[in-house]
Amino acid sequence: MLELRDVHVVFDGFRALDGVDLTVPEGELRFLIGPNGAGKTTLIDVITGLTRPTAGSVRFGGHDLVGRKEHRIVRLGVGRTFQTSVVFEELTVVENLDLAASFRRPLWSLARRRRGVSEAVAEALARTGLEELAERSAGVLSHGQRQWLEIGMLLAQRPRLLLLDEPVAGMSGDERERTGELLTQIAADHTVIVVEHDMEFLRRHASTVTVLHEGKVLVEGSVEQVSADPRVQEVYLGRRSTDAVGNRP
Amino acid sequence: MIRRHLPFATVAVIALVAAPLLLEPFRLGLLAKYLCYAIVALGIGLAWGQGGMLTLGQGVFFGLGGYSMAMYLKLAEGGGLPDFMVWSGVEELPALWVPFANPVFALGMAVLGPVALALVLGTLVFRQRVRGAYFAILTQALAAAMVILLVGQQGLTGGTNGMTNFFELFGQDLAEDSTQRGLYLVVAGVLGVLYLATRQLVQSRYGRLLVAVRDGEDRVRFLGYDPALVKTVTFAASAGMAGLAGALFVPVVGIISPALLGVVPSLELVVAVAVGGRHALAGAVLGAVVMGYAKTALSEQFAGGWLYLQGALFILVMTLAPKGVVGLAGRLRRARTT
Repeated sequence: MLELRDVHVVFDGFRALDGVDLTVPEGELRFLIGPNGAGKTTLIDVITGLTRPTAGSVRFGGHDLVGRKEHRIVRLGVGRTFQTSVVFEELTVVENLDLAASFRRPLWSLARRRRGVSEAVAEALARTGLEELAERSAGVLSHGQRQWLEIGMLLAQRPRLLLLDEPVAGMSGDERERTGELLTQIAADHTVIVVEHDMEFLRRHASTVTVLHEGKVLVEGSVEQVSADPRVQEVYLGRRSTDAVGNRP
Repeated sequence: MIRRHLPFATVAVIALVAAPLLLEPFRLGLLAKYLCYAIVALGIGLAWGQGGMLTLGQGVFFGLGGYSMAMYLKLAEGGGLPDFMVWSGVEELPALWVPFANPVFALGMAVLGPVALALVLGTLVFRQRVRGAYFAILTQALAAAMVILLVGQQGLTGGTNGMTNFFELFGQDLAEDSTQRGLYLVVAGVLGVLYLATRQLVQSRYGRLLVAVRDGEDRVRFLGYDPALVKTVTFAASAGMAGLAGALFVPVVGIISPALLGVVPSLELVVAVAVGGRHALAGAVLGAVVMGYAKTALSEQFAGGWLYLQGALFILVMTLAPKGVVGLAGRLRRARTT
């Protein structure tokens, strides 16, 4: 479904991505890990059109994504979240979701007022457990709730591929747990790529893992395979391979 | 439902019934002028308050509307060439002027001209992701350029003096009190209709989208919307309002000149919107009317002092009540209820 071939990105001579090949089949939950500067976020940026690759191809469901505008890629069914969650604080939770859900409507039809809650929005509210906060302004949400709202906004768009950039960063243990459950639920009927540092989280929820290092794919495989791989341990050199990967910068 | 419409209905009754009965013609004429400014302010409230586009050049659109109307009025008088053309030695009516003899064309151009210019400008500027201060400076430069253009084309535009000496509109004597009262009612009516339409827009999904574009343009892009399109359309709507206001302004006030649409008047309106409260449409309208009155009243008392007072007021509002008078009122009300 998603196919990256020999993708290069160079920023002022720095090779952020140096020939990445990545294939994610439909329905898979893929984790993307790697030390800081490995190119994880850049990879997401390339898929979503924020960064244009210097060379290589990105194909999604038969479409070439390179050179397409961001909002057009979204319209093909690719949604993403950001490391620092951005929700619209002036709008209520339900308005945030509704805005996300309405993106396929023509602009003129938006001039009508929202009546009630659409099916997609109700479903997103239920899945993220934000029903009770629906009419509250998004500005009052806690960090964890914001992340869920962002994921909810993605779900309301009914994308085919979700890209989540560090969804549990900065979350408490409890919130991590709930996010993990949410993720498992979502993965049941979506293709998902998650960028994550947290090894504990990875163990619990990941199936397939791709390790990036210095802009290249280092290893790909199951969590056990990957964490046992000597090259991966070397990348995280000087730290214990078990919990060191979980350290955030 | 009734409660929601009560404030608007009250203001509408005062504006449409009480004001024409109670105000002497001179004061009513002044109010009509402020209401014209309020229409521009409504557009600024939409573009800036809701959409985050700080436009410092609404005078350009106001001027396009005003000049379109003025050209029609000049030609409607009959009697050959407009006076100022004779004075500048123009012997034949310029081709640009010919279609403006038709009132429908002139009124249409007063609105569609600004809309078209804003669409072109918006497409060029917002596609390139020019925003914030850069957009503000660009619009201000446009206002300055417009003045230079108008002044330079003496034979076509009347130069620095602009155009004045209008006598009749659609066969009505513009000097008559009844004509002026009728004009006032038209201006008030147009403002009312535009206010309701804009409020409807702000409360719709489009309005939510506009606020989202203001607060997180990049995020909106990743929701699958094109922020450039949203901004361009909104900017064009505000330009159309300014153009219509300009067209109404000319018969009400009886003059249009570069001094009425350059950098300073454009800025004054932005200040008025800020003082009134840019996040509420009512604040924008209120700001324009109150600042208009204050300017006249204070200039009558001590000329020259107004500029300092206006500047001081702007700084005061920006530092103490960034949401303007309307925001302040809302805060007081909340403080009382809790």
